[in-house]
This record gives sequence, structure tokens and C-alpha cells, in this order.
Amino acid sequence: MSDLFLSALASGLMLGGFYAAVTLGLTLAFGYLNVVNIAHPAFVLLGSYAVYGVNARWGVDPVLAGAGLAPLFFVLGVAVYSLYQASFEAREDESLRGLAFFFGLMFLIEVGLILSYGVDYRLVSAPYIGPTVALGAVLLPTRMLVPFLVALAMVWALQLYLARTFTGRAIRAVAQDQQALRLVAADPVRIKRLAFGIAIATACIAGALLVVIGPVEPSMGRAYIGRVFAIVVLGGMGSAGGTLLAALVLGLAESITSTYYGPSWSPAVAFGFLLFALAVRPAGLLGR
Amino acid sequence: MRTRTYVALAAGLVLAALAATRVVGNDYYFFAGYVVLQYVVLATAWNILGGYTGYVNFGSAAFFAIGAYTTIALIRLAEVPLYLSIPAAGVVCGLIGLAAGYLTLRLRGVYFAIATLALAIVLETFVANWDFVGGATGSIVMRPKEAPLFDSYVKFLFCVMAALAVAAVSVARYLETSRLGRGLAAIRDDEQAAECSGVPTLRLKLLSATLSGALMGLAGAPFPYYVTYVDPPSAFNLDYAVNAVAMPMVGGTQTWLGPVVGALLLGTLQQVATVTISSELNLLIVGLVLVGFVILAPEGIVGQVRRVLARRRR
Repeated sequence: MSDLFLSALASGLMLGGFYAAVTLGLTLAFGYLNVVNIAHPAFVLLGSYAVYGVNARWGVDPVLAGAGLAPLFFVLGVAVYSLYQASFEAREDESLRGLAFFFGLMFLIEVGLILSYGVDYRLVSAPYIGPTVALGAVLLPTRMLVPFLVALAMVWALQLYLARTFTGRAIRAVAQDQQALRLVAADPVRIKRLAFGIAIATACIAGALLVVIGPVEPSMGRAYIGRVFAIVVLGGMGSAGGTLLAALVLGLAESITSTYYGPSWSPAVAFGFLLFALAVRPAGLLGR
Repeated sequence: MRTRTYVALAAGLVLAALAATRVVGNDYYFFAGYVVLQYVVLATAWNILGGYTGYVNFGSAAFFAIGAYTTIALIRLAEVPLYLSIPAAGVVCGLIGLAAGYLTLRLRGVYFAIATLALAIVLETFVANWDFVGGATGSIVMRPKEAPLFDSYVKFLFCVMAALAVAAVSVARYLETSRLGRGLAAIRDDEQAAECSGVPTLRLKLLSATLSGALMGLAGAPFPYYVTYVDPPSAFNLDYAVNAVAMPMVGGTQTWLGPVVGALLLGTLQQVATVTISSELNLLIVGLVLVGFVILAPEGIVGQVRRVLARRRR
């Protein structure tokens, strides 16, 4: 195998890991709670700008800043879900108007970022942005390696949380049978609020990873909508492991396309994936 | 509204538009009016699928842009005039709507919505990589100095868009009152029940996806002549997608009048705000109005007014 192919492979894996981090929150919201949060990439970008603000002012490490800001995003997520629940789910009117709500929210976040930061690219500084690690003939930039490792840790932590804790299991139960959840004295709405809070908190950390990988500008989120939904659907709608696998596959496909056909074609890959996922395997790669 | 009254009103509006081009001298009003009428077409087209059938299309900007790019491609190919490129844009966008619908309308509604979002990005990628129509750098279209019977080309475009708006609203009104419209409403209310009572749901959904896409393409076809410079970010602008969703939501999605009211209100508001405040801030207003209406007045203006009238009558 040529070195070109090997390095495409390596950077595809790194990219895929990062995509998993971006998608995890949507796996929770869409896969488990059935909340079609198309504003998720916008929340990721909001996270990037929050991290950028902290990093530019106090020089805090971006990943640490992302983790530090995550509780704030958790509160934001709880607030957004409470509003959504009261306005749409309680009225059983979530499909049309609920979608329009999140679409409006996405637009508001984007315009808000443009109004407060302008359309220029913003970047952060950290010691691992710049150097590379050599792995045989393949050069791995550490600004890709660090997000990849953080993403793996996020997937692992979420998987553990969902499998081992009471609230984690309750989140999985909400997806299956709300009535049964009531019978064990857990309030489905409270569990969903918690889960949506966690989802938006992961968006903040993913935002930190995004701004580590490269400079950000407010409308970047749009390119991620096709990607994240393709990954959730392909990953089987509700499993952290499936999300990681699907994200790695998409990352590899995009990296190979952009190596051999040029980077301007890579957004089309995600759409092809999405259509494939919807048309051929709506149950996902690891689906039942 | 009775059909005879409607036809008289529609004809009256077109005549009024024509008369206005004789009386009003300032071209600015026609520049602004063109945009508002363009939104009437877009909002009405969106509502045919979104409001009547309940399938949300977030990719209106893509259909609009493909309509505009059809015009550009035809100009590059053989200097095709506007009156031929408008129907061509309708056909192309109708086919795209049909194809997108065929792939995703069999699945749950949310998947269609997500697919339209992704479709917008992919079509933009293709156009940005297609050098024949200018690629990422965009392309310039020469606007003729004047059109026959009109003293400026903008006035001519304004009348073209007025005719398109009346045509789009008439199609929507026909759909709503016909048997087809009742089938679409049945799909929106309960797709399974509709299927069980013999409504050909997939065929109806495909029909409305095709019609909706075609009308959006019509709205985009004169765009290159209006702006004279088109590049992918301006044609695929998210503003069109947001407005196409927001206007019917604000006006009311159940009737043909809703999108018209929403487009006239929000469209005019934006034109005024762009002049008096700033263009970024007026987008913020659209977003806030959309979210506010969706939460507080789910039936839109027309729905609320109807409810008040019904209560008073009792």
C-alpha cells in the first residue's frame, strides 16, 4: 500500500473519531429521546465560540475549557428541552412545528454568532496545535490526534454511563417504554430533560475539539447536518458504539474521497451515505 | 372565497401590478416588490408540501438556486430567453423534487426533512464544482436595458414575478379545494388511517413534492436577471430556506391565504428593516418571529383570525 493511501487511512480514522464526538449528543437526542434536534451542529459551533472566548481571554487549554463550560451547556440543554417539551411534546405537535422550532433555533444561533463575532475565522492556541507525530511513514498532526483521543474517551464514558448507572439505564428505557418507566417511579420528562442536557453538554466538548482541529466561522455548522444525521441513522439510531463505528466509516470515506478527488467533493460523501443509510439500511450497520 | 371572486381578485392584482409600472417612476419600489412577490411564490410552494401534507422541506434554497442556475446554464448554452427558461427551471426542479421524494417520502417525515437539508448542501457542492455555470467564482448575467412595453427591465421582472405569484397561489388554492387536497390533508392528519381508507398516499406525496419543487424553481428562474451576479453562497442562501418555512408558519399553514399573508408581512418587514436597520439584524427578527409563532400561535395569523371570527359568530 502506498504512503498516500496509508495517510488517507490514518487521517480518516482521526476525522471519524472527531465526527463521533460531534454526533454523540444527537445520538442521545434523536436516537433515544426522538427529539429531532437539527440545531445540534449549531450548538457545537456555539461551544467552539465559547471555548474560543475563554482561550483568547485567559489562555486556558481549549479541551479543558470545553469540559469546564460543559455544565453551562447542560443547563442550556435542560432549558431548551423544557421549552420544547411544554410547547410541542405536551401538545403532541412535535413533528412539523417541533422541526420548525429547532430550525429557527439553528438560524438564531448562527445569526447571533455572526452579530457578535463577525464572519471572520477564529482560532485558538494550544501547545498541541502545530506539531506532528510520525508513525512509520505516516505523519499524524497532534491537533487531530488529541480530538481523536478525547472523542474515544467521550464514547467510552457515555457507554459506561448508559450501561451502569440508574439514570443511564432510565435514558435507554425512555426510548423503549415510557409507561414502564413510570411504573418504576421515574418521571420520563425528567429523564429526558437530563438526557438532553447531557447531549448539549457533549456538543460543547465537541465544539472545543472542532476549534482545536481548525479555525471556525459561524456558518460551518450547516456542513455537519448531513454528516451527523447520516452517522446517527447508520449507527443504528441509539448506541454509542454504533455511532463510533459509523463515524469512523464516514471519516474514512471522506478522507479517501478528498485525497483522490479533491476536498471540494467531500460534503457530497456524507449525503451519499445518508441516502444509502435511509434507502438500504434504515436499521443501521449494527441494526437488529 | 368563491371561485368567481377569487379569479376576479387575481386578475385585478395582475392588472394593478401592470398599472403600477405606468404610474410609479421610482425603480426601487419594484426592486423591493419583486423580492416580496418572490417570497409569496416560495412560501406558497413550501406550503403545498409542508402545510397540506405535513412533510417539512428545509431545502427550499436549493430548489430556488437550481431554478436560477437553470437559467444561467441555458443562457450559457444558447442565449435562451427568460420566457423559455422559466418553464425549464420548473421542470428541472420538479424532477429533483420527485427524485428526492421518491427516495425519502416512504420513510418517516423527519427523514425527509433531514434529507432535504443534506440535499441543499450536496447540490451546492455540485454547482460550486461545475465550471460551466461559473463554479465557486459565480457568473455574471447581463440584464437587458429595457423590455418591450416596459420602460425598465426591473418593472418587467416585477410583473413576471407577480404573474408567477398569482399562478402559484392559484395552483395551491386549486389543490386545497379539490379531491387531491382532501387526500393530502388526510395524509397530514393520520397517514396510516389515510392509507387504510384507500388514499394513494405515496402517489399524492410524490405529486405534491414535484409541484412544490417546480414552483420553487419558477421563483428562482428570473433571479439571475434580477441580481445580475450569481454565486453558490448567494443562490443557496439559508435565508430563503428559513423564510420559506417561517412565512407559512406565521401566516398559517392550513389555507392558501396563510403563506400569502405571511410572505407579505415578513417580506415587507424585512425590506423595511434592511433599509432602516441592518440586514443581519432583520434575519434575527425573522428567526425570533418564527420561533415565537411556532410556540405561541401554532395556527398562524389566518388560523387565529378565523378562530376569533368563529367565536364572535356564535
